Amino acid sequence: MKEKLQLLTALMLTMSLFFACSKGKNDGDGSTYLTIKGSDTMVHLASSWAETFMDEHKGADISVTGGGSGTGIAALLNGTTDICIASRSIKQKEIELAGSKGIEPIELATARDGIAVVVNPQNPVDVLTIEQIGKIYIGAYTNWKQLGGPDKEIVVLSRESSSGTYVFFQKRVMSKKDYTRDAMLMPSTSAIVQSISQDKWAIGYIGLGYAFEAKDKVKMLQVKENVEAPAVIPSVATVQSGEYAIARPLHFYTNGTPSGSVKSFIDFVLSEEGQKIVLETGYVPVN
Amino acid sequence: MLVGGASTSILVVFLIFLFLGKEAIPFIEEPGLGSLFETRWIPVTFKQQAFGVLPLFTGSLVVTVLATILLLPFGVFGAIYIAEIGSSVERSFLKPFIEVLAGIPSVVIGFFGLVVLSPALKYVFNLNTGLTAITGAILLALMAIPTVISISEDAIRSVPAAYKEASLALGAGKLQTIFRIIVPAALPGIIAAIMLGMGRVIGETMAVLMVTGNAAKITFNPFDSVRTMTATIAAEMGEVAFGSQHYQALFWVGLILLVITFGLNIVAQKVLRKYQIR
Repeated sequence: MKEKLQLLTALMLTMSLFFACSKGKNDGDGSTYLTIKGSDTMVHLASSWAETFMDEHKGADISVTGGGSGTGIAALLNGTTDICIASRSIKQKEIELAGSKGIEPIELATARDGIAVVVNPQNPVDVLTIEQIGKIYIGAYTNWKQLGGPDKEIVVLSRESSSGTYVFFQKRVMSKKDYTRDAMLMPSTSAIVQSISQDKWAIGYIGLGYAFEAKDKVKMLQVKENVEAPAVIPSVATVQSGEYAIARPLHFYTNGTPSGSVKSFIDFVLSEEGQKIVLETGYVPVN
Repeated sequence: MLVGGASTSILVVFLIFLFLGKEAIPFIEEPGLGSLFETRWIPVTFKQQAFGVLPLFTGSLVVTVLATILLLPFGVFGAIYIAEIGSSVERSFLKPFIEVLAGIPSVVIGFFGLVVLSPALKYVFNLNTGLTAITGAILLALMAIPTVISISEDAIRSVPAAYKEASLALGAGKLQTIFRIIVPAALPGIIAAIMLGMGRVIGETMAVLMVTGNAAKITFNPFDSVRTMTATIAAEMGEVAFGSQHYQALFWVGLILLVITFGLNIVAQKVLRKYQIR
């Protein structure tokens, strides 16, 4: 994945060199040059869109770079990117800054990202609240009997701290507290799936796309926003509707209402084909 | 040109030290070297970052010590058997397989550990999870055994034949000759072999990253999950913000690792040289 990104970046760099002379968004010969920058979570998705779009529109040239949602928004405010990709909403401070620079950020939801909390299929526990999951990960709960399960120690699995999901989970589920020292940091999602399929009393979190693929190896927990709220099983429908609590929108931000080549790219992203790519890359379409 | 070729590696080692140091130095001012001695490693947090290398150091230590203990009997007895006891047919069969073992990429060994060894250990010792220090240690011992066998075997073979003949002529049995005469004479070489094997064990990254669970806590329990120094660098370097404190802390981890392996190698060379003079 990382190598792929590096390759992509290198490719984009070479291409931008080639097209350095045709900087304008719309060139005389009809070629299009677009830059997309921001969230590392979305880089893979955005490059998949860009690749397909470029295949269909000869002369279109789109460069996608990561760096994080904050970097992307900063680039939009500085006018160095056409589209900012962000896995969080723009902050009030950033909107004010944009205003002072005469930039008007327009938000557009392009996909949703759901995180499934998974356990071994033999684990009798089916439903947990956000608070309970958080307490497992900060180390307040260490035994399944505290959660209505058998008297077995909980094996806590997490992604590596370099993963964006690690931080999102910490923020959304663990009220920004630190992970327990006993949490095992797994180098990849597949390693989490592998361990959970073998360790009866382990718990982990993985992207929804991976969870669907590993359906026969792991069990997705139903999640309750709070004690009174209904238990929600993660699915494309519940993530789309916002009922499933551990999910986030993946945004595009543009300066002002999109027009020209930006608009035609966004139309493609929201089209049936564009949203099919969303599903293929493991995220949830918006409509 | 020949001198240049030979001294390139010296230059490279020197440059590696230099550049590691250069990236790590700003850490001394802020947050200060003392923070490396904290007991917690929490690089990504909404609260206070902590860069205590201790849990990573004990992680590497536990894995290395365990692997060395496992390495000893297999490496040394294996070498004795190949050098002294086995027939030449056995030797021509065993040697290539040991060399093949040395050539298996560590990620493949790690995959084997994840899919085969870790579930097996979990079942045998009735553990909560198979991702433990001992799982990593077994894999590392596997990887270092070829090094230890080859160098120990060389050492055993270079014991002068006269020693052996004299011992046998005095009426000592074959095993007596091996354990009372040959092994003591070859001991410095065997020790050097083990130390070089340990160097390989400490520096190995991919397999331990895959099977030790990577929980950064201070523990000496072989059946607990540990996070080694190498695994930490491999897992975190890719996404760390360039020039941040976390980035500098990772370079400190690298420096510490380099000093340890450097020291081990120097001692091993010293021991080897002493043995060659005899």
